[in-house]
Amino acid sequence: MIPAAFDYHSPRSLDEALSLLKQHAGDAKILAGGQSLIPAMRFRLAMPAILIDINRLNDLRYVEERGDHLAIGAMTREHALEDSSVVRRSYPLLHDTAVVIADPLVRNQATVGGNIAHADPANDHPATMLAYNATAVAKGPKGERTIPIDDFFTGLFENAMADDEILIEIRIPKPAANSGGAYTKLERKVGDYAISAAAVQLRLDGDKVAEARIGLTNVSAVPMRAKAAEAELVGKSISDAVVEAAGKAAAAECDPSPDLRGGVDYKRDITRVMVKRSIQRAVARAKGGK
Amino acid sequence: MSEHEVTLTINGEKVTRSVEARTLLVHFIREDLSLTGTHIGCDTTSCGACTVLICGKPIKSCTMFAVQADGAEIETIESLAAGGELHPLQEGFWEKHGLQCGYCTPGMIMSAKGFLAENPNPTEDEIRHGISGNLCRCTGYNKIVEAIQYAAEKLQAADAGGE
Ligand SMILES: Cc1cc2nc3c(=O)[nH]c(=O)nc-3n(C[C@H](O)[C@H](O)[C@H](O)COP(=O)(O)OP(=O)(O)OC[C@H]3O[C@@H](n4cnc5c(N)ncnc54)[C@H](O)[C@@H]3O)c2cc1C
Ligand code: FES
Ligand code: FES
Repeated sequence: MIPAAFDYHSPRSLDEALSLLKQHAGDAKILAGGQSLIPAMRFRLAMPAILIDINRLNDLRYVEERGDHLAIGAMTREHALEDSSVVRRSYPLLHDTAVVIADPLVRNQATVGGNIAHADPANDHPATMLAYNATAVAKGPKGERTIPIDDFFTGLFENAMADDEILIEIRIPKPAANSGGAYTKLERKVGDYAISAAAVQLRLDGDKVAEARIGLTNVSAVPMRAKAAEAELVGKSISDAVVEAAGKAAAAECDPSPDLRGGVDYKRDITRVMVKRSIQRAVARAKGGK
Repeated sequence: MSEHEVTLTINGEKVTRSVEARTLLVHFIREDLSLTGTHIGCDTTSCGACTVLICGKPIKSCTMFAVQADGAEIETIESLAAGGELHPLQEGFWEKHGLQCGYCTPGMIMSAKGFLAENPNPTEDEIRHGISGNLCRCTGYNKIVEAIQYAAEKLQAADAGGE
């Protein structure tokens, strides 16, 4: 199927992109990897009058530790996360996530910024970034501002950025000592969106969970944190009963819709299992395991 | 409607064409350049039949606009049998019966070419992950994996011989 006609711009700098976006605010859409936008345009679910292609903005491609955080340029391809040694070494939750997003061909094009900006609860990065307590950096005509990830997802396919802003960077706080994280996803087949998935990032203090954040994928209209499940963990020593209680809390607080991937009860139960498995792996990693 | 002049290198040849912005790269390759080895198997970016290499990386050419390829180097299945001699991947698919109807084959081969360039000596598991963006309705994949293993060995032997 062929998308509706549009005007195309391919700016060579971020400033040029921003001024085009300002000029056409409301009519224009940013084209990043295109792996969500182009399929939507082919079905004419999206018919933007103007596309601003930011693929030539190579300055927005980087993954590196800066000060107290990992900085990821918005145009970083998913494939680059898989390959990044710092991600592999210090951000196992992010690495777990990167390798289960879509398939290798899609990952060669899809960008981290696009995955988050799209604000699709079926996408895998939103849950992971919620668990990491990441920060989004947006740039607009008035300059740069940071948006805490908890405030970023405002609706289905809606985010907190204005029409004339571009997402330029994601910042993940450097995990403290004794931290661990994991992402567990159940999919019908390789390359599919999750039936349900859970991102867990936690920190241990001796035997007890000092901090925990949990994000869920594809079981709500807006990417969500499982706060009741987090509350089941914090301050407790990890035991089978505590992990089960957290899984059950997540199953109760999520809000899945029935579809081809399953009914509501099934998705809730899978959420329970995904949360439990992620907690168990996160704890093992916090203790120095793989 | 916006028309754009696009200049790119495809299978070593430089071409310049005027394209409408909404033209998908796969349609440009098949219809404007008459290179019909690259297939279209779906409308949902799912099947990988349209896989080509852009600057060495395999991507789905149905999910990119032709204007975006301005300045790029593209390789399609037509580039493989240089001088009429089968590429080791093509030979592998022939020897190991890596195809039945053949519809997925150009995409499978281009995907394999892309990941073998990064990982010349893949495990069976890595091959299976490498082709996980390409669907085959006929073979059950085992013969495709064997075909790629055959090609990997042959390419490595050729590399070792060339040193
Ligand atoms: C077959 C298939 C399977 C998939 N499976 C998965 C999966 O399992 N998990 C998963 O997470 N994703 C999956 N995806 C989606 C894929 O990861 C998308 O590429 C991703 O969601 C969007 O990234 P993109 O760079 O392609 O963005 P685009 O498609 O280019 O853009 C998406 C949206 O975000 C906006 N946007 C993009 N970048 C910016 C920016 N820097 N600033 C402001 N707005 C911006 C665009 O305007 C558009 O509205 C799949 C896609 C396909 C085709
Ligand atoms: S034609 Fe199916 S993925 Fe491109
Ligand atoms: S050989 Fe028929 S689809 Fe693969």
